[in-house]
Amino acid sequence: MSLIQETDFGTPKSKSEAMVTLTIDGNQITVPEGTSIMRAAMEAGTQIPKLCATDMVDAFGSCRLCLVEIEGRAGTPASCTTPVMPGLVVHTQSERLKKLRKGVMELYISDHPLDCLTCAANGDCELQDMAGAVGLRDVRYGYEGENHVFAKSHGCENDNWMPKDESNPYFTYDPSKCIVCSRCVRACEEVQGTFALTISGRGFDSRVSPGMNESFLGSECVSCGACVQACPTATLTEKSVIEIGQPEHSVVTTCAYCGVGCAFKAEMRGEEVVRMVPWKDGKANRGHSCVKGRFAWGYTTHKERILKPMIRERIEDPWQEVSWDEALNFAAAKFKGIQQKYGRDAVGGITSSRCTNEETYLVQKLIRAGFGNNNVDTCARVCHSPTGYGLSQTYGTSAGTQDFDSVEDTDVVLVIGANPASAHPVFASRLKKRLRQGAKLIVIDPRRTEMVESPHVKALHLPLMPGTNVAVLTALAHVIVTEGLADEAFVSERCDWSEFEDWAAFVAQDKHSPEATAIMTGVDPKALREAARIYATGGNGAIYYGLGVTEHSQGSTTVIAIANLAMVTGNIGRPGVGVNPLRGQNNVQGSCDMGSFPHELPGYRHIAGDAVREQFEAMWNVKLNNEPGLRIPNMFDAAIEGSFMGLYVQGEDILQSDPNTKHVVAALSAMECVIVHDLFLNETANYAHVFLPGSTFLEKDGTFTNAERRIQRVRKVMTPLNGYADWEVTIMLGKAMGFEMKYSHPSEIMDEIAALTPTFAGVSYAKLDELGSVQWPCNEKAPEGTPVMHIGGFVRGKGKFILTEYIATDERTGPRYPLLLTTGRILSQYNVGAQTRRTENVVWHAEDRLEIHPHDAEQRGVRDGDWVRLASRAGETTLRAEITDRVAPGVVYTTFHHPDTQANVITTDFSDWATNCPEYKVTAVQISPSNGPSDWQKAYDEQARNSRRIAPVVEAAE
Amino acid sequence: MSSSPDKLVYMANQIGKFFQSQGRDRAVQGISEHIWKFWDPRMRKQIFAHLDAGGAGLEPDVRDALLKLKLQA
Repeated sequence: MSLIQETDFGTPKSKSEAMVTLTIDGNQITVPEGTSIMRAAMEAGTQIPKLCATDMVDAFGSCRLCLVEIEGRAGTPASCTTPVMPGLVVHTQSERLKKLRKGVMELYISDHPLDCLTCAANGDCELQDMAGAVGLRDVRYGYEGENHVFAKSHGCENDNWMPKDESNPYFTYDPSKCIVCSRCVRACEEVQGTFALTISGRGFDSRVSPGMNESFLGSECVSCGACVQACPTATLTEKSVIEIGQPEHSVVTTCAYCGVGCAFKAEMRGEEVVRMVPWKDGKANRGHSCVKGRFAWGYTTHKERILKPMIRERIEDPWQEVSWDEALNFAAAKFKGIQQKYGRDAVGGITSSRCTNEETYLVQKLIRAGFGNNNVDTCARVCHSPTGYGLSQTYGTSAGTQDFDSVEDTDVVLVIGANPASAHPVFASRLKKRLRQGAKLIVIDPRRTEMVESPHVKALHLPLMPGTNVAVLTALAHVIVTEGLADEAFVSERCDWSEFEDWAAFVAQDKHSPEATAIMTGVDPKALREAARIYATGGNGAIYYGLGVTEHSQGSTTVIAIANLAMVTGNIGRPGVGVNPLRGQNNVQGSCDMGSFPHELPGYRHIAGDAVREQFEAMWNVKLNNEPGLRIPNMFDAAIEGSFMGLYVQGEDILQSDPNTKHVVAALSAMECVIVHDLFLNETANYAHVFLPGSTFLEKDGTFTNAERRIQRVRKVMTPLNGYADWEVTIMLGKAMGFEMKYSHPSEIMDEIAALTPTFAGVSYAKLDELGSVQWPCNEKAPEGTPVMHIGGFVRGKGKFILTEYIATDERTGPRYPLLLTTGRILSQYNVGAQTRRTENVVWHAEDRLEIHPHDAEQRGVRDGDWVRLASRAGETTLRAEITDRVAPGVVYTTFHHPDTQANVITTDFSDWATNCPEYKVTAVQISPSNGPSDWQKAYDEQARNSRRIAPVVEAAE
Repeated sequence: MSSSPDKLVYMANQIGKFFQSQGRDRAVQGISEHIWKFWDPRMRKQIFAHLDAGGAGLEPDVRDALLKLKLQA
């Protein structure tokens, strides 16, 4: 193993298909039109010296180091800003160029410290490399003159010198080492799209400035780290590199946070991670990252990780640390006892959307084949199960239609119920890049999210009342149909025409017009009509949506309405269009693909289908139950009722993440054995009897599948601190229960998946190693995978239009609960926060806040920062208020990252009609001033403290 | 809404409301198919028991769909 060195071509790749041939240093080379001379030379293997150029940003031409000579042209043009032309004859090295470059370097070095031996960039410094490349041997100017290097000059304070900015928890800014190449500024603009950095001053006074000469932490900086990656010197450096030193080997792996699925190089020293660097060849992220993926991996070695198995008879008892054997036998005996007492169907499990495909597959296999029932579900139940239902009904597949690259061909982006800038930041950066190139953006969201207004981006925002998605989307369809904007040629070719006619007649009814529905939706009919026209006629239209679509009582109906819109406008089946669910967790797509739903086997095939089930029975050598099992909310109900008494939960904190916490507490308390398999004593573990320590993504091999259906490798870079990868633990648990599963490596599990699942038939670790990643379906028909689906026709045959009647949720506001609460995420925290709260990311978000409109706040006497009581029909909690007009009057908003807030004490039992996906996004609430934590919070906190006690280990006397 | 038949009746009616706009025949077919595909047997057993006990609260389409499903079972 060695450190993976990615070639920096200096300027970005040209997409042109026209080719140009030129001569560089006597060698003919052919490259796409629009390529820079610098890049062309690098492609031919010649590295022209450079400092301000790097291929993650456009050419800038400021350092004057990359000069070349071109026959027939005067002067020495910069090779980064000079495009190739047919027949050019370029020389990259000559006496004149050598002299010029040496002179430039000499000037740079005359204002740069010479502490190379103790510098954090030692071994990874482009300035040092270039000084070497140009043969700099002497700096004739000395260091006595004006400089930015020394705190004191000639015994006086040096006003040009600035101290280090160490405010950001993950990287430092050392102005004395800055060469003002502005790579960081351009990375912030072009790659990340935040525009937090600028160069202040001119000439010798030029400085990199976060915001208006603020600290990095105090500025708009979102800590994505693109600037750190772009910096050629030690000016911007990861604190981990400063502390540890340069890495010596690296391994390509996949981020374990959101569903974007960024590929990273884990740069290592032994088994210690030095830093995570986004991998340029990662097809989801194309070399970019966010603050979570790049920096927030400290949880993997956090002191609160539980590394030894633990058991207890009652949840009131302290935990007892025991051996793996003892814990597994205890769990197995409990589960077998429950099945004997209450029946075979009285136990089940939950697969993890954070674990690998292979691990998820094994858990559902253990449940279906080992437990002998289909009581298996996954966290997708509470996020994207309506996507699975809606898209399979209309198109025939339970997944998004595009790859992320598709956004580069999009002309109109419709974002519904999603805030990618916070929840899918790397995709948001790619989207914003396209928007800055001129694509149009429509945002349908109750809240003015970061997507609505960001630098150089202005969206057409339709701020709807929470819970009225179907009315708004049907009104969009009304406008498209009644104004004659439908793509009838597409519909007649690809969709069922008579279903389309029924649907068109349905949406054309006056009651679905924007004017008629405005009273419910709160959306300006004019703006809605404009949005419909832009989407239908503005070129390639793509829909991106999130949990603001699915987590409603009409979640599945909304997904269907989205699918209808894409079909009626012909926006399906080519790059730049499509329906794209933004998946929440790293492997939520994969966990669904792997048969985590109680009614279907891997590959979305219903358990009642004899032919498919028999294949699994033959492979697993066991008879399978042909009836669907319980979904998560049904498990809770069955537990309270007494027919479901044992649950194995791998890598999910259902107590914190599922709605109506009191109901979940009642259900978990009713169970006789809850096995939690996780990294930390999470909230669910407060009600558990067995704790099996889990492993992190750095400690195991496997694959994750992201929101684009892209299957990517997760590679082990360190030994599991807990002793075993999660797939090994599931095998051991099965064995303790008398169910043998034999695999020596996750690749063998993938081989079994491929053998049983037609859409995965072509997937193997060998292929993933060869291609980097593949998007399913990957089989004989598509050996390298399928970036865009439904090309030429829908998977189900004809696209199916389905009627979408708006039915208001039964969660209604009234005199006692007059406001609507909706929930969402923030950039720095992830989901229930179990990982990110155990990192420095807490500096950005230490607590959940309640956003409330100034009007509603004033009526209730609430000031910014005040503690408020937030009460719904389900429960109450307290948190601090943030007064903002991002939310409309009548709407309040909070995040759900912190267990002490317990936002889900408030959310109710209402759920999607088709899938039981909870209605997180609409809860009627009242707000009032408060003095501190509610009784529930106090009782909960006490229970949690009590439950987390671990009994001291008593050493046996000799 | 925690007592079981009430919750199941609510869920079944919720499914019924989605299919309502498709007309009675397709609605009955759609509802019964949906419940067959996605409900665990113990949930179906409970709602059938409720149906046998008079089926209070069930919408007409839903009632028909459950009758149809029960005959198939």
